[in-house]
Amino acid sequence: MQEVELQDILTAREDGDYIINIGPQHPSTHGVLRFVVSLKGEMLEYVIPHCGYIHRGIEKMCERLTYPQIIHLTDRMDYLSAHMNNEAVSLLVEKATGVEVPERVKYIRTILSELQRIQSHQLWWAAFGMDMGGLTCFFYGLRDREKILDIFEESFGSRLLHSYICPGGVMNDIHPNFQKRTKEFIKYFRKKLPEYDELLTGNIIFEMRTKGMGVLSKGEAISYGLTGPPGRASNFACDIRKLYPYSAYDKVEFKEILYTEGDTWARYKVRMAEMWESMKIIEQLIDNIPEGDFTIKMKPVIRLPEGEYSQRVETARGELGVYVVSKGEKTPYRMHFRTPNFSNLFVMNRLAAGNKIADLIAISGSLDLVIPDIDR
Amino acid sequence: MPFNIYDFSGTTKAIDQFLYAKMPPTWAFITELAIVGLIILLFYAVIGLYLVYLERKVCAFMQNRVGPNRVGKWGLFQTIADLIKLLMKELITIRKADKLLFNIAPFIVIIASFMAIAAIPFAKGLHAVDFNIGVFYMMAVSSIGVIGILLAGWSSNSKYSLIGAMRSGAQVVSYELSVGLALLSVVIFSGSMQLSTIIESQANGWWIFKGHIPAIISFVIFLIASTAEINRGPFDLAEAESELTAGFHTEYSGIRFAFFFLGEYMNMFIVASLAATVFLGGWMPLHIGNLQGFNHVMDFIPPIFWYFGKTIFIMYLIMWFKWTFPRLRIDQLLTLEWKYLLPINLVNILIISFIVLMGWYIK
Amino acid sequence: MEKEQLGQVLSELFPSLEINTSQDPVRVKADTGSIHSLAMTLRDDSRFQFDYLFNMYGIDREDRFTLVYYLESTIFRHIVAIETDLADHDNPVVESISDLWKTAEFQEREIYDLMGVSFTNHPDPRRLFLEDGWAFPLRKDYKDDINFIER
Repeated sequence: MQEVELQDILTAREDGDYIINIGPQHPSTHGVLRFVVSLKGEMLEYVIPHCGYIHRGIEKMCERLTYPQIIHLTDRMDYLSAHMNNEAVSLLVEKATGVEVPERVKYIRTILSELQRIQSHQLWWAAFGMDMGGLTCFFYGLRDREKILDIFEESFGSRLLHSYICPGGVMNDIHPNFQKRTKEFIKYFRKKLPEYDELLTGNIIFEMRTKGMGVLSKGEAISYGLTGPPGRASNFACDIRKLYPYSAYDKVEFKEILYTEGDTWARYKVRMAEMWESMKIIEQLIDNIPEGDFTIKMKPVIRLPEGEYSQRVETARGELGVYVVSKGEKTPYRMHFRTPNFSNLFVMNRLAAGNKIADLIAISGSLDLVIPDIDR
Repeated sequence: MPFNIYDFSGTTKAIDQFLYAKMPPTWAFITELAIVGLIILLFYAVIGLYLVYLERKVCAFMQNRVGPNRVGKWGLFQTIADLIKLLMKELITIRKADKLLFNIAPFIVIIASFMAIAAIPFAKGLHAVDFNIGVFYMMAVSSIGVIGILLAGWSSNSKYSLIGAMRSGAQVVSYELSVGLALLSVVIFSGSMQLSTIIESQANGWWIFKGHIPAIISFVIFLIASTAEINRGPFDLAEAESELTAGFHTEYSGIRFAFFFLGEYMNMFIVASLAATVFLGGWMPLHIGNLQGFNHVMDFIPPIFWYFGKTIFIMYLIMWFKWTFPRLRIDQLLTLEWKYLLPINLVNILIISFIVLMGWYIK
Repeated sequence: MEKEQLGQVLSELFPSLEINTSQDPVRVKADTGSIHSLAMTLRDDSRFQFDYLFNMYGIDREDRFTLVYYLESTIFRHIVAIETDLADHDNPVVESISDLWKTAEFQEREIYDLMGVSFTNHPDPRRLFLEDGWAFPLRKDYKDDINFIER
């Protein structure tokens, strides 16, 4: 395979293209992502995503770390779904070693995942509104997100990178206030979520900018491996929580939100509806957390039996897969993360090419990309 | 007329006569120019700074925040501190930029808004110049600003800036039409282009009330179109920071950037005061029919308060737009103007002409 | 289809495959040369309809490379993992399946970037994260004198 320079691709195109770089430092790429876009006036001819600006080689690092240590690296991939990432590795280790965790742990994990999902969607809503030019959205979203982060902080001392869920259970028991404060938050947020709709959803400008923009059919969504809210907006039923329930998801009732339009508007509506569903899940569980241990005693050195293992979980952005090849040692021989943002990013050219430069921002906002998750 | 108690023309005449008595006419004229220029310059700087402060407070209010509250009481000196910071900052010149145009552009923007301020009547007898074509002059002068924006975008040698400037050019040229036509409707009503005459004609009621529904339509169109003309949200495509980082002033720094910034806020002030003058009676107090007592009380509020109250109200509306609406896309922006505002406006003008011809408006 | 049934149908169609139905998911060991045709059959055959390639990754086994493709059918919800061994460790080459699944284009670019496995018929065979000329970090013989601490 010969190495092809970007320049070769660009010069192979028609001369006189108006090439601009959106990123790596740009207000609306939310991180160090770079799009090379070619413009004809305001129209985008093609979009080439460039990643690797925050590539840390997590998969390589994992090969030298023990499983409890790997937990701390997974936080740093999709930092807005830290709990789900931790949970994925923990579930895999538990599955491989044949450990059954107490019911209490399952409940706590599920509640935390859903709180994290709400928190992630709040930040997405805030940033999406800001990308569209409605700056007030940012503060509304962050105002409510703070409440969840406060709950997190009280229970496990950190707001963003928790590393709270570990193989065999959770690090500490939940704070005595946890249940009370979570219930208070749900009560509060049930009143505040309609405000989000008032501010942005019904707005005529917002509807004009999102409806019918960046349409992706179901077949294409599957082919691109688009999961999470963007996939479900294209009517692709890809919710791992429904398909392969883990933790306490088999005990709760919730709807998998599916839209058929596949446009930016549908991707927006899916996330808005998911916040309601997440609140429903938490309400079903929060009062019924069983008494018991918050963790079971794992061996001091966890060794996975020889073989290949996989675990899929649903993060706020889609399907996260963890794949481990073990040779019976305390470190994995090979560890691979199938991250949702990786697949979601590369649909950009298909969605944005032929639209306007403002649509690029709207579409990339609706995909809700977290860049460290792409580069790993 | 009862509101003559706050007439400034006597004061200005006295100063004028005093100067002409003491000096030869040429020198008196030059001294007058210098005094007026100095006053407007000071006024411009203070208003500009406090508009930025107002905007930040309004924005904070909309966003559940406090806003500036550290420098001075309630953060009143925050923008002055900002100005000092901007003055101190290094002026970065871009390599391969067109140096002359790059340096001239901020001045064009700021001079355009400075010239427009001259014609605004703040109270009776309190204006620098009272053209008999005042409305026309304001229109002409305010559209000079776009040349500065285009030059800034062109000379910066940056692709983001160029896109921003081109957007701005298309936008201002389009929305100029609607602004002009909306103003024309009041010109038809009052039969004059002189701003002072337009205000006098509203002594018994503002045009927005006297002109029935067509005047309200004109007012709404004027608000929308003028928001677009001064590049403010939701029409801030020229500097859409989530798309073009900062649009035409991406490459500017220090006091040059401050000039753009100030020019933008002053344009908002000018547009708001034009709307207040033309549709809401300028410094004219609120009078309701034959309610003598009420009207009399209103007359005792000085016209300068009336003027600033109305202007700030309209500026608040414009800020409200910006902090609640998402941004339009360029094609939607032009569609809105050419397919909706312009035809509505033309029909509206026709109706207004008919109304005036038949004398159906409230006299 | 259930696992056993899936394994049965697969072994009827491709007698040369090594099929392991005891694990979850079903693991199939295929020839490197036949990977594209096998994938195409799995995608298009009405009994399988594996339309969703949800993961692929490579393993450096020091004497050979192994590529693993995870396929799922969004209609029947059965999963299969296809393994293929690339015997030539110095110059691993395999045919690209990016014409079958769009997502494979970028998964393959990642594998090439980090593992050094080349894909023929790939539409955009550039590196994804790292600079051109960088060694392939996920290989077991990768050395980084600055950042590695040997214990």
